[in-house]
Amino acid sequence: MLLKKLCETNGVSGDEGRVRRLIMDEIKPFADEIIVDSIGNIIALKKGECSDKKVMLSAHMDEIGFIIKGITDKGYLQFETVGGIDTRVIISKKVKIGEKEVPGIIGMKAIHLQKKEERETVPEIKNLYIDIGAKNKEDAEKKVELGDYAAFDTGYQEFGNGKIKAKALDDRIGCMVLIEALKHKCKYDLYVCFLAQEEVGLRGAQIASYRIKPDIALVLESTTCSDVFRSKEHEYSTVLGQGVAVTFMDRSTIVERQYSKWLYDTAQKANIPVQYKKTTMGGNDAGAIHICGEGIKTGVLSVPCRYLHSPAGVVSKSDIKAMQDLTILFIDRIEELVQ
Amino acid sequence: MKELIKKLSDMRGVSGFEYRLSDKIKELFSAYSDEVYTDKLGNVIAVKRCGKPCAKKVMIEAHCDEIGLMVKDIDKNGFITFVCIGGVDTRILPALEVIVHGKRDILGIIGAKPPHLQSAEEGKKSVKIEDMAIDVGLDYDEVIELVSIGDSITLPQSVGDLGGQFSGKSLDDRASIAALIAVFKNLQKVKLDVDVYATVAVQEEIGSRGAKTASYAIEPDIAVAVDVCHAITPDNSYNAFELGSGCIISVGPNIHPKLQKRLSKTAKDYNIKTALDVAGGSTGTDGWAIQVSRNGIPTAVLSIPLKYMHTCVETLMISDVEAVASLLTFFIQNLDENLEEWLCY
Repeated sequence: MLLKKLCETNGVSGDEGRVRRLIMDEIKPFADEIIVDSIGNIIALKKGECSDKKVMLSAHMDEIGFIIKGITDKGYLQFETVGGIDTRVIISKKVKIGEKEVPGIIGMKAIHLQKKEERETVPEIKNLYIDIGAKNKEDAEKKVELGDYAAFDTGYQEFGNGKIKAKALDDRIGCMVLIEALKHKCKYDLYVCFLAQEEVGLRGAQIASYRIKPDIALVLESTTCSDVFRSKEHEYSTVLGQGVAVTFMDRSTIVERQYSKWLYDTAQKANIPVQYKKTTMGGNDAGAIHICGEGIKTGVLSVPCRYLHSPAGVVSKSDIKAMQDLTILFIDRIEELVQ
Repeated sequence: MKELIKKLSDMRGVSGFEYRLSDKIKELFSAYSDEVYTDKLGNVIAVKRCGKPCAKKVMIEAHCDEIGLMVKDIDKNGFITFVCIGGVDTRILPALEVIVHGKRDILGIIGAKPPHLQSAEEGKKSVKIEDMAIDVGLDYDEVIELVSIGDSITLPQSVGDLGGQFSGKSLDDRASIAALIAVFKNLQKVKLDVDVYATVAVQEEIGSRGAKTASYAIEPDIAVAVDVCHAITPDNSYNAFELGSGCIISVGPNIHPKLQKRLSKTAKDYNIKTALDVAGGSTGTDGWAIQVSRNGIPTAVLSIPLKYMHTCVETLMISDVEAVASLLTFFIQNLDENLEEWLCY
């Protein structure tokens, strides 16, 4: 299954190579032209009937994770986080390091050895280590190099009533929908972009949108879903299973009102489950794209994902389908948005 | 040995729910035992008789329960709240994948409020257990069909091979059970002068309850409890041993000094790696309960160094488990009926 393959392949920001190779294999038959740029973005062009206008669709390939920055004499790995990770979700979790996918665990001294204050406090990253079972530094250096990246070791699994648990759902879901989208013909030239380094500051999006200079862009994402335990209903940003989420505003972008309304109304009329993303937190590649060059009309669709940026996110299959359906409608009816 | 440890580590049974694994443990002992039975509390007891009348009894012991969670309530959205069984480190719980043992085993993710909905102050604190809930991806009606209050919940499995080490859940104290099974296997063709009882005790994590009734019922002349001790990690070297230290032998008020001396001497005679662990009071093992059973039982405690105890990524060195098994084997095969002679103060 494509989404399983996409999620279980490791690609922390700056180390998207394996994900990129997987996507390249998938899209080759469907693109007229493919380039990989200097930061590692994939830009696939599918020619339209007329090349007057350019349409950009994007999702990011990278995921949050870790980078190895030191090895102790006893062979334990010191690390930094890559992208926004709440330290509270990493303790006692499994990771895989580097291209060789060396197994590791993020250990912390046993509860019996902790003081009461320690138990109540979140440990600092500098006091946590990845344990690869090495005898000493020399032994560790045989398997791991400084600068190697590590990703959570979480399997893809379907569970509950049509739910999926996996790592990196943010934003491999977007990547999967893009691969599907590339199979559809658009009236105008369609630039399908699989972007690098979103999690560390929307880096890939900046240069890809500059290169393409599209007339319109649509970003496909995963967004926080806070319909969880101890959240109050008015705090819910999105609700799992209630459809694709349309952004009107977040920390990085205000989407042109007619555009977000078009996305929402079009979904509703086509009986595609849709919801607005009701909080204005977070941000994504749209933040970089909409202020690129002279400015680009940019919209955002997202799949709600519980426990975003953790080892195990949870999404609903029906929401993924909704995002895919609405993306295809966007391509089919692009003339309503670009004159 | 590794395969055996892995098999035991994969079993799932928190304190009070050991019935989930007792049959499997009985089976592992059956080939090497004259008798295997389960007592009223659920302890599994394997016996190897020497065939002599009124033989002295040696008990070797480890516990089979694991720390875990229990369903406390189910809210209107189907989220499952829980309590801890045994000393679970709640700091490992956020975003952990667990198995809820309802009508069938179901996957759940421990969730909490996302960071952006928390105050800056909350963000610096560990997530409290009352603020976490398990998400099984089902609606309320579906959850209550499958899950009841009081059902047990277990932690996910670790990676297994970790460099030259082994990482798994519940190695506390399943690794010790593997050592006991190895002892029985080693003694298969050995002529003994004592009867050997391997007790796989229940409910250690909540207060050594199984060990109490088992040692009362068996009334051994000598007992050796096997458990885990802390191993050194970058964030702690106090009260801990390096992995690979071999069999750790306890000393202190919980331990019969002559028994400890004999174990240490046996280790020396057979070139088995050991280190001494000094405990000024309780060893925190079933040995504490066994020592004062009935009129009192000469007790020793052997342990296996373990990193990250009471988490789902407990890590040890297989050679340490083997050291414990060898020491117990040589110790038992050299015993004769005259225990009082050398045990006497």
